[in-house]
Amino acid sequence: MDFDLSDDQRLLADSVTRLMADRYGFEARKGYLKDPAGWSAAMWGQYAELGLLGLPFAEEHGGYGGGPVDVMLVMQEFGRALALEPYLATVVLGGTALQLAGSTAQQGEILPAVAEGRMKLAFAHGEREARYDLPFVRTTAKRSAGGWVLDGAKSVVFHGDSADRLVVSARVSGDDADEDGIGLFLVDADAAGLARRGYTLRDETRAAEIALHNVAAVPLGEPGAAFPVITRVVEAGIAAMGAEAVGAMEAMHSMTLEYSRTREQFGKPIGTNQVVQHRLAEMLMSMEQGRSMAMLAAMSVTEPDAAERARNISMAKVGYGQAARFVSQQTIQLHGGIGMTEEYAAGHFFRRCLVIEHSFGDTAYHLARLADEVE
Amino acid sequence: MDLRFTQEERAFRDEVRAFIRDNLPPDTAERMRLGHPPRKQDTVTWQRILNKKGWAAISWPKEWGGPGWSAVQRMIFIEENQAAPAPELLSFNITMIGPVLIQFGTEEQKRRFLPRAANLDDWWCQGFSEPGAGSDLASLKTAARLVGDHYVVNGSKIWTSTAHNADWCFLLVRTNPNAAKRQEGISFLLVDMKTPGITVRPIISIDGSHHLNEVFFDDVKVPVAMRVYEENRGWDVAKYLLGNERTGIARLGKSRERVAMAKSAAREVRFNGRRLIEDPAFRQRIAQLEVDMKALQITQYRVVSAGAKKSDGRPDPLSSVLKVKGTELLQASTECAMDAAGPMANPVWAQELAAMANEPDLFAEASEQSTASYLMLRAASIYGGTNEIQKNILSKAVLRL
Ligand SMILES: Cc1cc2nc3c(=O)[nH]c(=O)nc-3n(C[C@H](O)[C@H](O)[C@H](O)COP(=O)(O)OP(=O)(O)OC[C@H]3O[C@@H](n4cnc5c(N)ncnc54)[C@H](O)[C@@H]3O)c2cc1C
Ligand SMILES: Cc1cc2nc3c(=O)[nH]c(=O)nc-3n(C[C@H](O)[C@H](O)[C@H](O)COP(=O)(O)OP(=O)(O)OC[C@H]3O[C@@H](n4cnc5c(N)ncnc54)[C@H](O)[C@@H]3O)c2cc1C
Repeated sequence: MDFDLSDDQRLLADSVTRLMADRYGFEARKGYLKDPAGWSAAMWGQYAELGLLGLPFAEEHGGYGGGPVDVMLVMQEFGRALALEPYLATVVLGGTALQLAGSTAQQGEILPAVAEGRMKLAFAHGEREARYDLPFVRTTAKRSAGGWVLDGAKSVVFHGDSADRLVVSARVSGDDADEDGIGLFLVDADAAGLARRGYTLRDETRAAEIALHNVAAVPLGEPGAAFPVITRVVEAGIAAMGAEAVGAMEAMHSMTLEYSRTREQFGKPIGTNQVVQHRLAEMLMSMEQGRSMAMLAAMSVTEPDAAERARNISMAKVGYGQAARFVSQQTIQLHGGIGMTEEYAAGHFFRRCLVIEHSFGDTAYHLARLADEVE
Repeated sequence: MDLRFTQEERAFRDEVRAFIRDNLPPDTAERMRLGHPPRKQDTVTWQRILNKKGWAAISWPKEWGGPGWSAVQRMIFIEENQAAPAPELLSFNITMIGPVLIQFGTEEQKRRFLPRAANLDDWWCQGFSEPGAGSDLASLKTAARLVGDHYVVNGSKIWTSTAHNADWCFLLVRTNPNAAKRQEGISFLLVDMKTPGITVRPIISIDGSHHLNEVFFDDVKVPVAMRVYEENRGWDVAKYLLGNERTGIARLGKSRERVAMAKSAAREVRFNGRRLIEDPAFRQRIAQLEVDMKALQITQYRVVSAGAKKSDGRPDPLSSVLKVKGTELLQASTECAMDAAGPMANPVWAQELAAMANEPDLFAEASEQSTASYLMLRAASIYGGTNEIQKNILSKAVLRL
């Protein structure tokens, strides 16, 4: 067991920390939000320059051959800064799908373009009726004269509105909720028959509803056997979001600590009240437990035993989700009225954690999966 | 002792339910059913309908338009109205300023303001908190200097809910900066929001709504006749008002409405291969909320019936129990409704939905509102005295620690 970072990892973390400290203050972020895309193309260029966009890809694809722990370090800083860019969608979700299922030609075309910042991806799997149930796919894929065509609808696709290429799941055979018979497909965002409706989520990041009518698609991997890939893409997403939640918790804890030292009521800082001290101590304990669980997730992403991996990932999602909810709620509580305002940063971290919790299965969903396995 | 409602009380509940069903304007009912907060006009219209029936000034004596209900009847009415859901009676008018004027006001003040407050001809707001005076309300600084027959008010208030809708504000000001105790230099004033020198600045809250405001007072002239009770005795008035406010924050009917919303979402959505409503853990979560609602309801009846028998008019310290437990329950039930919405809890797409009005997406709209009410009600453990402060009150006033 080893929790130490390598020299390279430390360098990576430092450089991202510095970039975000320089360019991603809360005020700067407000400026990025004004862009119609809802995020900063200039920052995206910076991430490309730093090598973040190709971080987990092989060197032959313009990447750095990094692993989930490297991604964790980046996501933690993004969580602390509340980064708005489509990193999760493009590099983590889309990138993982391509790495796991892409042909040599597909990887050779797409991954270098992603690493250089020329192409953005999105992972269009979720459907309205599926809610969190991962194998529930009703969108269909049919073979036609010219290849494959997709029909159906995808819901709450992270950054689906700015993606150039979509990784779409669709059913080739079987019933709605069967694990067998699902395929992954690559679809051009401007393909005929594809309609997108972009909107913001509670945390101000972007997402889209996507409607597909007879849309031409290219298989990514073997059509019908994609469920294990989908599972791993989602696991990578859960791990990355866990790191983001840790960054957000750190930010919330430190702003609350600072506030409790400076805000005075009854002639003394509110942090001199034992109940406030204990609450901050409880937040610290939750945060550290949450951090452990986010690490568990990051270190489980490459675990070869699928059952073990699934169990660890579900445990992590429950653990960091509960921690983030507690820390978020107490952050607002200890700030009093000011914590309820849009102008103050606390509520934005709160809402990022809220969105993370309701993505890729919430606490109840992962607990139920774990409960199913209790012997 | 008997926990069952009497036959008359049951009949009363049915009567209230039927009246709400038959008289709540359908567009208001529909908006509220989807979880939207009422619009200003919804609240005004509904309170006027209730007032016409004699059901607005529910806690006031009959001579000032009260219905003459028992404490239990009042609770039944409030619960039914919240659970319907219908717009709530404007608490600033009915729970706060009305009882204050009845207890402390002059005849002239009562005659001028009470009927208009009951009918919501005047919308009142509460100007207590200041940037430096939140939990420590008695440290407030907004100053009122007596010049002839006017006070001249300077300073600022913050977190003033619905000040942008308000016609009048009840305001705590410092009239004696040199009093031996801070509490002894405070007065309670009634201020017309149209008076020159008042500026209202909106504060947007984390649910995206405009509910809160900052209110600035710059040489605002307030006639002496608009002072309630004696000069420098405003703290007594404020304490009386805060005790009433605390009891009202529990909002059991609102929790009930949120739990119903969670259940109705759960009947529609999938969870781990079945309907969410069939999931044992979800059912236990609902059951737990129902247990907590039952406990709160009985505690509330106990506090209310004890209060009805007391003669000193002072709030029961147990009202702090209601405030803490009631807001914990509100927060747990809004949390449950949001979680039931699943991934649909994340989007903010009301504008998108409106743009595509040809195809209203009611589930999406209700889901968005579930998150909005979860976010807004994080404040329930902050306003009306934070839950930490309520526990301090219990430690001192009840436990004598
Ligand atoms: C099973 C057991 C085994 C033990 N074994 C040993 C042993 O081997 N050697 C040994 O030396 N001692 C031992 N102890 C004693 C133990 O360390 C003390 O019980 C402990 O330090 C608490 O002291 P106390 O019992 O006097 O309680 P108190 O200190 O009187 O505390 C009573 C309560 O008040 C709370 N409290 C006290 N001060 C504060 C504060 N400032 N803020 C908030 N809350 C406060 C405490 O948390 C506690 O809930 C043992 C005790 C137990 C129960
Ligand atoms: C949505 C909303 C609506 C509101 N509406 C109104 C309104 O209409 N009119 C009005 O006048 N006010 C209103 N308020 C203000 C509300 O009453 C105050 O926010 C509240 O009293 C807390 O004050 P504060 O925000 O300054 O927090 P602070 O008093 O600064 O408290 C910050 C934190 O410190 C804790 N704390 C403070 N002192 C102690 C202590 N001694 N022991 C332990 N913990 C302590 C608090 O519990 C809290 O967690 C509203 C507030 C909100 C959020």
